[in-house]
Amino acid sequence: MAAVAADAAPATGALGHFSTFLYLRPRLVLLLLLVPPLLWLGVIYLGSLFALLAQSLFHIDDFTGLVVHEPGLQTYGELFTPANIDIITRTVVMAALVTLICGAIAFPLAYYMARYTSTHSKAIFYIAVMLPLWSNYLVRVYSWKLILAKEGVITWLFNLVGLGSVLDWILELPVIGGPSLSVSYIGTCITFVYIWLPYMVLPVEAALERVPRSFIEASADLGAHPGETFRRIILPLAIPGVAAGSIFTFSLTLGDYIIPQLVGSSRPFIGMAVYQLQGTAGNIPMAAAFTLVPMVVMGIYLTMAKRFGAFDAL
Amino acid sequence: MTDAGSPAVAFHNVSRHFGDVRAADDVSFEIADGEFFALLGPSGSGKTTCLRLIAGFEQPTAGDIRIHGKPMVGVPPYERDVNTVFQDYALFPHMTVGENVAYGLMIRRVPKIERAARANEMLEMVALGGLGGRRPSQLSGGQRQRVALARALINQPSVLLLDEPLGALDLKLREQMQVELKAIQRQVGITFIYVTHDQGEALSMSDRIAVFNKGRIEQIASPTEVYEHPATAFVAGFVGVSNLLDGAAATAITGIAQPFSIRPEKIVMAPPGSGVGAECLAADGTIDSVLYLGSSTRYNVALAKGGELTVIDQNRESPAADGWRHQGNPVRLIWQRDHIQHIGRAAGGR
Repeated sequence: MAAVAADAAPATGALGHFSTFLYLRPRLVLLLLLVPPLLWLGVIYLGSLFALLAQSLFHIDDFTGLVVHEPGLQTYGELFTPANIDIITRTVVMAALVTLICGAIAFPLAYYMARYTSTHSKAIFYIAVMLPLWSNYLVRVYSWKLILAKEGVITWLFNLVGLGSVLDWILELPVIGGPSLSVSYIGTCITFVYIWLPYMVLPVEAALERVPRSFIEASADLGAHPGETFRRIILPLAIPGVAAGSIFTFSLTLGDYIIPQLVGSSRPFIGMAVYQLQGTAGNIPMAAAFTLVPMVVMGIYLTMAKRFGAFDAL
Repeated sequence: MTDAGSPAVAFHNVSRHFGDVRAADDVSFEIADGEFFALLGPSGSGKTTCLRLIAGFEQPTAGDIRIHGKPMVGVPPYERDVNTVFQDYALFPHMTVGENVAYGLMIRRVPKIERAARANEMLEMVALGGLGGRRPSQLSGGQRQRVALARALINQPSVLLLDEPLGALDLKLREQMQVELKAIQRQVGITFIYVTHDQGEALSMSDRIAVFNKGRIEQIASPTEVYEHPATAFVAGFVGVSNLLDGAAATAITGIAQPFSIRPEKIVMAPPGSGVGAECLAADGTIDSVLYLGSSTRYNVALAKGGELTVIDQNRESPAADGWRHQGNPVRLIWQRDHIQHIGRAAGGR
């Protein structure tokens, strides 16, 4: 081998020989590159999903509290009790609200970043959007608990500008109110929006940045006022970005179990239910069945998004 | 609606500055109704800025812009009776070709059926009939160019602006589109203002050319005038291949102490010692290089009195037949006296 290498190309060593070997076999390179991610995706990720699905087909014996390893749909029958449907509705409504609010806040910001910033100030905006992601998630959630608390800065601010009664009025609203912001649905929603906002800003910004200036000029040139250009050109081209962002905010809210536990009315969300079922309750089949709910909801969400043409401009 | 007496577009001392950069610097011109007017110049010379000032994408720093006599300063693009064919075509990717073409009509609230009919009509005119249902991404570069043209013409503007519309096409297609654009202009009879850096395009298509350099206009004239009688050294150098001789060599040949330019195809290359007519000028030199171009051959000749002239010679005979036209051989260059263009020292703006 060494002798052959020396004959063919004296300047290259074994490594050079190996790269030539690979260069001449592109299919082999492709195989080598694809095997690790395919193993990860196929065996570890999909495998665990199927294990979960399998778990949900078992059920727990009410008498002994032990898992009965016989496939059946008994667990799913127990899933749709009124209490559980409450949990599911609560979570899905919250996820939808968080997504809408994130979209409403992120779009103007992303639009400004994509259209009006210089290279330098855009970098500052990027850092400002991403900075929260660099600090610990729990720290951020706890700080919101403090900000939203009755003795917190928001109550103080409202009282300072003489709007304390407005805050009290908001907190007296049925369902979404509570003794203070930090123990109400409003507080949960604010915290969710804060935590997931970067995941909405970045894809929307990327989509808007891909709309060339000449499209906007062409639309104006053909007689469209700025509002019309926005509605007919910019918005449709930004929709894939909004859809991508909403997939993040929606699914992350569906699955989160820490924020509603720390900030909010302590009424359970899907994530909290799963956490309790597989932990304290030891009901793995029910936890597994619950886990499939966000997946089904996401499936419905994506189908609807596709039907409404969210991915047409991709 | 339009004032018949006034020019289609008029610039009066228009400037557009971007910070310290004077993209357009005290530009004045008038474009007649129905004219094919080219803005020619190298990149960064201000020609595109002037086009964008007409379209309304830019506002002038100073000066007055009028379209058919109406002052345009402060008027946004969507209130101007001009349409633009963009360099990158700017076709909306989320709409079909037909929807793209009909966009201007949709904005004007034209009923859907009439919209579709007129869009089809426009597509027929640019030879794309039946492709209205496709997406822009399914078309070739040349087809997209035609869609952009149809979209810009559907509102029947009084002035059409074209920003290097053929720049992205290959040579054959470009030549074909030049002929078609000219034909379409004759058919619709509106003013075309055409930005290009390609002097061949400007010469072959326009009624008049404005040659831009560093934000200023060097010359406005017909293609023949710009080519045969360049006003400045810049125009002589930018439009066509130019021979510019100055200093002692120029004085020795013409007897006038002024630089002059001569087009390379006007020069006859003769064997040394050939007779020179009374109406002619001559210079002796040595062939420095020979470049065979197929239909013609290009010679660089180093003059005995200093300087260098380029000669372009039609290959009427097979070049191998002329034994003496080789590199290093002495030749005599002869041309008619009235083919030279004297250029003032001050010209060129430097």
